[in-house]
Amino acid sequence: MGEFVQHLINGLAAGTIYALVALGYTMVYGVLKLINFAHGDVMMVGTFFAYAVARGLGRPANTSFLGVTVIFLVAMAGCALLGLVIERFAYRPLREKPRLTALITAIGISFTLSYGFQLDFGPLPGAAPRAFPEIIPPREWLILGDRAVVIWNWQVISLGIALLLMVALQSLVYRTRFGRAMRAVSFDHRTAALMGIPVDRVIALTFMLGSALAAGAGILFALKDTVVQPLMGLYVGLKAFVAAVIGGIGNVPGAVVGGLLLGLVEEFVVGYSASSWRDAVAFSFLILVLLVRPSGLFGRATAEKV
Amino acid sequence: MRTLLAATAAAAVLLGAGCEKKSATAPAGPAAAPAPAPAPSAGNTVLIGEVFSLTGDKATFGISSRNGIEMAVKEANAAGGVKGKKIETRVYDDQGKPEEAANATTRLVNQDQVVLVLGEVASSNSIAMAHVAQPAQVPMITPTSTNPKVTEVGDYIFRVCFIDPFQGFVMAKFARDNLKLNKVAVLRDLRSDYSTGLTDVFTRKFTEMGGKIVAVETYNQGDSDFRGQLTAIKRAGPDGIYIPGYYNEVGVIAKQARELGLTVPLMGGDGWDSEKLFELGGSAVEGHYLSNHYSADDPSPRVRKFVADYKAAYGSVPDALATIAYDAAGVAIAAMRRAPDLSRKSIRDAIAQTKDYPGVGGSVTLDERRNAVKPAVVLKVGKGKFDYVTTINP
Repeated sequence: MGEFVQHLINGLAAGTIYALVALGYTMVYGVLKLINFAHGDVMMVGTFFAYAVARGLGRPANTSFLGVTVIFLVAMAGCALLGLVIERFAYRPLREKPRLTALITAIGISFTLSYGFQLDFGPLPGAAPRAFPEIIPPREWLILGDRAVVIWNWQVISLGIALLLMVALQSLVYRTRFGRAMRAVSFDHRTAALMGIPVDRVIALTFMLGSALAAGAGILFALKDTVVQPLMGLYVGLKAFVAAVIGGIGNVPGAVVGGLLLGLVEEFVVGYSASSWRDAVAFSFLILVLLVRPSGLFGRATAEKV
Repeated sequence: MRTLLAATAAAAVLLGAGCEKKSATAPAGPAAAPAPAPAPSAGNTVLIGEVFSLTGDKATFGISSRNGIEMAVKEANAAGGVKGKKIETRVYDDQGKPEEAANATTRLVNQDQVVLVLGEVASSNSIAMAHVAQPAQVPMITPTSTNPKVTEVGDYIFRVCFIDPFQGFVMAKFARDNLKLNKVAVLRDLRSDYSTGLTDVFTRKFTEMGGKIVAVETYNQGDSDFRGQLTAIKRAGPDGIYIPGYYNEVGVIAKQARELGLTVPLMGGDGWDSEKLFELGGSAVEGHYLSNHYSADDPSPRVRKFVADYKAAYGSVPDALATIAYDAAGVAIAAMRRAPDLSRKSIRDAIAQTKDYPGVGGSVTLDERRNAVKPAVVLKVGKGKFDYVTTINP
């Protein structure tokens, strides 16, 4: 029983990260119908921003509330800027081109970031993994039995942040003027432009928002696994994409549910069958969901996408 | 939605492709044809080639190895060189890539006309080099590549370290005899030859000695969340965990094991040997055990003198890579002194007869498969350093 609960907690913690990264995929897909494969790598870049700031601040300062806030804000702002640049120079020129062109460009950007960051000159970090500073010092939040189940403070904080962001994003999309503009662009961007909506600005802002979210997810990821390295975005990005599709891509609660579900499925495969089956089962799960519900778990419940 | 499926598939394929090393760039032409009979020993010097990773993520491996060789060569020259000639070295950087290692070897063999090649730490790079050196009939000694396949390339390829399976044997013996463990769980890297090789021999030897393997879990290189595997291992209740992986995963595994309340000793091999282990694992890696080629704490006078000389020359304690590279150069120089002349063929034959060479990392005897038969040490991870525990003989 104890280890079942521990698996549940491990799975939720892993799923939280997938969920946060999946939110970014889903937003960009919602407005542009573009699968932004560089999203995981933007997350990686954000984590390195946070790493640099945390190291710059030094030991006591980077664990204070103010320090942690600064680390999050700098990383998120840096990534928002990166997202803006990527959108402006890589995706906007291709917006009227066939969708496959933009998709391949996204994969190109993904590789440029993840392999570029392995270079070892100037501010680039090099390929070796690094220990991420413990900006939220790990503390046991709850211990059950004879340490049969241990829940850590960062696991609770991460899950809280993920749910909070989901609610915030949902209300942004459905309760603000900007959200209404996003939905209009998503529906038909040419018509939206005719109605006086600044389409370019809405798309750029969506990218910035998604990239800032990725930076936040990256920091939580680094807090969970305590290590950062340039290739970390590739797999997390792919898993999060699977999570977004499972939940119904373009759908905000779907991304969160898909992420948590994928994290749990992976954890239980590792825990109760052979650990080498993990990835095979994760991707089979995707195929299964798509066969039964082609538009994902939440795809049909809301006819109108973000 | 069909495009989505296609996109997923495309991404999966691309991701896979991204992880593969391109290997088509190495020119096969010059390597395939044996060089015409060289006159490498003309003049007053004799040239030795070296290929190591001096840049890239494995740069520390290459720099240590080069330092060790430099030291051996300097000492040999001070003692009169070989056959009245001074030894010179030429080093090329392969950036840690097999194709570059092959290119560099081709250049050493054909352009620079070296009499022998010393090189590489990573087994995949050494294998690439061996495929150039063997057809050109240039003797090659790898200091620290432990994969059995390296010397299987041909009769010109030698090594002065033990091979992977031996480390599994050493740790099984240590776990059973010294730590008195009965139930051990294994956590191994699914796709690494190194990890699989160590696991197989460890499992066989440990069971043979009356122990029991209670759980086998796997991970993939690049993973950073091992909590699922560790929770499953915890349920099996082992008194030790064997993790024959590399330091970048092991550091994180040690942290997460402690986080989940696993306090049993962890055991591994020379893949743990890096400063990075302390950075990534923090205090969680302390008190665990690994097998390795050599320990700087070894009290024997030969080791003490080497450590002191190395410190004087380079300002740091020599790691296992520097030490074994020093021995590799020593074996090569001793063979050149014994050989009737300095042709590549004579040097090869002399290396093959190496017996009881008094190396710093243990006495070296080469067997008929051109591998060294020598003891291994078991180290305990301490505060920022590895402490010597014991030596285990083959």
